[in-house]
Amino acid sequence: MSTTKLFFAGSGGQGIILMGQMVTYAAMYEDYETMYYPSYGPEMRGGTANCTVIVSDKPVSSPLIYDADCVVAMNLPSLLKFESMVKPGGVLLINSSIIDRKATREDIRVLEVPTMEIAKEIGNPRGANMVMLGAAIRATGVVSQEKIEKVMREKAFTGKKAPTIPLNIVAFESFKI
Amino acid sequence: MSEKVLMKGNEAFAEAAIRGGCRFYFGYPITPQSEIPEFMSRELPKRGGTFLQAESELGAINMAYGAGAAGGSVFISSSSPGIALMQEGMSFLCSAEVPLVALNVSRGGPGIGGIQPGQADYNQVTRGGGNGDYKIPVLAPASIQEAVDMLYEAAELARKWQNPIMVFADGIMGQMMEPVILPEQKPFTDASDIRAERPWAITGYGDDDTTKNVVKSLRMQPDDLERHVEYLFEKYDRAEKELVRVETQDIEDADIVLVAFGTVARIAREAIEILAERGIKAGLIRPITLWPFPYDAFDGIGDRTKVVISAELSMGQLMQDVKLGVGKRLPVKLINRTGGMIPTSLELADRAEKIYKEVK
Repeated sequence: MSTTKLFFAGSGGQGIILMGQMVTYAAMYEDYETMYYPSYGPEMRGGTANCTVIVSDKPVSSPLIYDADCVVAMNLPSLLKFESMVKPGGVLLINSSIIDRKATREDIRVLEVPTMEIAKEIGNPRGANMVMLGAAIRATGVVSQEKIEKVMREKAFTGKKAPTIPLNIVAFESFKI
Repeated sequence: MSEKVLMKGNEAFAEAAIRGGCRFYFGYPITPQSEIPEFMSRELPKRGGTFLQAESELGAINMAYGAGAAGGSVFISSSSPGIALMQEGMSFLCSAEVPLVALNVSRGGPGIGGIQPGQADYNQVTRGGGNGDYKIPVLAPASIQEAVDMLYEAAELARKWQNPIMVFADGIMGQMMEPVILPEQKPFTDASDIRAERPWAITGYGDDDTTKNVVKSLRMQPDDLERHVEYLFEKYDRAEKELVRVETQDIEDADIVLVAFGTVARIAREAIEILAERGIKAGLIRPITLWPFPYDAFDGIGDRTKVVISAELSMGQLMQDVKLGVGKRLPVKLINRTGGMIPTSLELADRAEKIYKEVK
């Protein structure tokens, strides 16, 4: 690995921030250099929330990206706005449960992930974002599942949420690439 | 050594200020730094400090003046329009020689402007937005770790120089998260130690003390005021020699030299890689102190260089200092965005390449 740039976009409540922060924590546990930058302010209200995560083996330079190795589009406005951001040869993950449209580019890898159907099927209807996170992590190989599970235990699902970890691991593993 | 933790910039800044010994925080919320007063309201009381939400930034800076004059180690933070409101107080503190750690997490202006990142407070923080002749050392970090290290050190620096110290970050740095190593907590100064540590502070007459300390900025006699200003500038002359900090990269044999600080310096580093792929060798001068400005670093630019480019989030404010550093030796050009807009590394590289082709 040299540098992997990921971009998560969707609407509030879809777990955009959580997904981004989980990758960042996992990258730190892997001893990589890493940076997380969320959109903030009025652009978040009513529209799209998004965040950038950069993982690298050297200090992260620009926190702003114009080209991503991986874009996760959790809703239609995100797909329309950020499909063009994927690097040629990069990967675009589409939340096909609610996005009724195909990608237009042919120079990238496209994965349509029916996050909500899968989450329901495995008995974890609130785990759609973990389904997507698993798909994105396996598509990019940016961090290991072991470190993501460590993040679940130590940061994401602590206290009252701890009992949800086994189901969230199932969700994380459920979309086969 | 402490473990790495992942922290949001604003929370890391606040934690670093506490660990550096700042025991008092006065502030008023403003985006993009409201996490700082929020964090301080939660943390400081637990740790033996004092958090107070002022009625405005004006109130906050004057509380800082009062607590600082009494020997307290004070931290304040705000963002651009809030820092503007504090300028009168900054001038008072400089004249009265009261230490203070100040942080500007800046955003776009002028006026209330917007809430996205900016650097258009450059003149405000380096030239002084208040009245009279005074200077404030300004530290410009480019990563959360660097900001943490600066804020940790700032209380001691402010005490040593008996002057406010400003850390100038931007909205991106406040909102982003990066792994940081937090330094050890320095002990807070006890009230009983203030006289020994800050003999100028107003601590009240003790049982065995007849010296009277006065902390003031009013000096009605012109000759007295002139002497005071000259005394302050002897101090600032020393600071110009001792405090200046800069990072340079490949400026000895570069085709072009970029000058940028803070987040823009990070974007410039990536732009330099893009330019290298296009056969253009670019160097970087990153001022770490904005005052004192590292003018001497420009003497290190080699003969191969055709142009020096100031890359900034303002309309050429940084470029004025770059021109002072370069003199008439080389042309100085500007690449900027403003209003909260930020160039990507690709935009920076494209515009730098265009300028290079024009001057070559």
